[in-house]
Amino acid sequence: MTGALALGSTLDLLAYSPPGWGANLLRGLWNSVLIALGAFGLGLVIGTAGAYGKLYGGPVTRDLLAVYTTVVRAVPELVLILILYFAVTDVVNQLLVAWGQSRIQISGVAAGITVLGVVQGAYATEVLRGAILAVPAGQIEAARAMGMPPFLLARRITLPAMLSFAIPGLANLWLVATKDTALLAVVGFGELTQETRQAAGTTKAFFTFFLAAGVLYLALSLVSGVIFGRIEKWARRGQPNVGGSGR
Amino acid sequence: MPATARQPASHPRPEAIRIEGLRKSFGPLEVLKGVSLRACEGDVVAIIGGSGSGKSTMLRCINFLETPSSGRIVIGGEEIALRADGTPASRKQIEKARQSLGMVFQQFNLWTHKTILENLIEVPVHVLGTPKADAVARARKLLARVGLAEKESAYPAFLSGGQQQRAAIARALAIEPRAMLFDEPTSALDPELVGEVLGVIRDLAAEGRTMILVTHEMKFAREVASHVIYLHNGVVEEEGPPDALFGSPKSDRLKQFLKSVA
Ligand SMILES: Nc1ncnc2c1ncn2[C@@H]1O[C@H](COP(=O)(O)OP(=O)(O)O)[C@@H](O)[C@H]1O
Ligand SMILES: [Mg+2]
Repeated sequence: MTGALALGSTLDLLAYSPPGWGANLLRGLWNSVLIALGAFGLGLVIGTAGAYGKLYGGPVTRDLLAVYTTVVRAVPELVLILILYFAVTDVVNQLLVAWGQSRIQISGVAAGITVLGVVQGAYATEVLRGAILAVPAGQIEAARAMGMPPFLLARRITLPAMLSFAIPGLANLWLVATKDTALLAVVGFGELTQETRQAAGTTKAFFTFFLAAGVLYLALSLVSGVIFGRIEKWARRGQPNVGGSGR
Repeated sequence: MPATARQPASHPRPEAIRIEGLRKSFGPLEVLKGVSLRACEGDVVAIIGGSGSGKSTMLRCINFLETPSSGRIVIGGEEIALRADGTPASRKQIEKARQSLGMVFQQFNLWTHKTILENLIEVPVHVLGTPKADAVARARKLLARVGLAEKESAYPAFLSGGQQQRAAIARALAIEPRAMLFDEPTSALDPELVGEVLGVIRDLAAEGRTMILVTHEMKFAREVASHVIYLHNGVVEEEGPPDALFGSPKSDRLKQFLKSVA
């Protein structure tokens, strides 16, 4: 009887509409996914530029990129988030005030995407650099030998060819991105962990809500795995099967 | 009819490729010590020589896959402008020159993420601006010609070495080049696959294609070349028509080399 009662009240707590907290959790999940997508995308852009810069850039470019990847990968993400979020907000506002503008509140989503994107970019730089190096030099040379200009060559040959080497590393980065969104709870942003904390704190049903959040993170990871599996299969379309995919 | 011992025509043909006084160093190592070469349209120039003599480097300098240290390179009558240090002055000019030279590599170098047909139309469509339908039609003709008509949707990794090299030759032909450059096109192949690739090259020679061919296949060089260059230690040690070069070599080095590969 108490079991059924407990189950009933648990379901009430997780119900979609108030007084249940389901809608809040799902909104949090949605924000987490949004930020993870944005950060992952920004990370890919930074990573592609960073990888090319490290491979083909001049000495100054390479040194700057080395500082970037070293620092970002050495410092705990939580610290980076605090630094970037508060410091960047502060600097932006000081500049605005200096120019006679009024202070702004940086949106949580924008700040989250920027901060996590910069972190992702450092790791993606290394993943993509390794993947580009794994493309047989002859394939790039063949394109150069037929007069393909550098930008087109990157877009048509190098980047598609390196994808199969990059996918496992990028899939890891994506999962890290989804979980790193939880760190944004420290700056009070309403992603899944923050929403969970609020629901748990208000109702004192800690176990229920954190378990529910865990299930949501797990579901996100499983869906991601399926999607990346598909992408990897497509990226490897020209390669004979040796062993299975990473899953 | 094979292009056996084609004689240089008495009337002048347009010049396709000319190299003059080409030098190339890798760091302290001077690999080419002032070599020259001239190919008119329809010529088949074979470059032979021992391993490490600089054959590949010479061929690769023609389309600037290697940057010469000094010397002149003229493609289709247009001299490639070089800076004092030998680097090309204009990327655009190099790209244009490259688009007129179809290069075939020892390791085929097909793009593994594209099907054979996609390999053939890539540069025509995306670099040369050929309408896709035209490029596809032309690619299919070329594939039929090299005996790969039914392989157009296959990915390179699923083809034999001989098939891959024939596809690579078709890819080079697809840009409608002024001249073809071959760098030991059969050296990576199992012996039983060499013949099918040489057959394709022989046909190209017979139809009057301009070609520069680095090869270890001496019999083949003698059969298809109009002119043979023997390279030794970065110097043209001896050159001339194939029958003279192979039939009555003058230098001791060439005699020795021909004995060693016989
Ligand atoms: N990228 C390079 N860097 C340094 N040395 C090179 C490079 N490419 C070729 N070489 C050297 O130049 C010489 C000639 O090479 P290559 O032209 O490939 O000879 P071949 O094709 O006649 O066998 C060799 O000694 C080779 O080691
Ligand atoms: Mg060679």
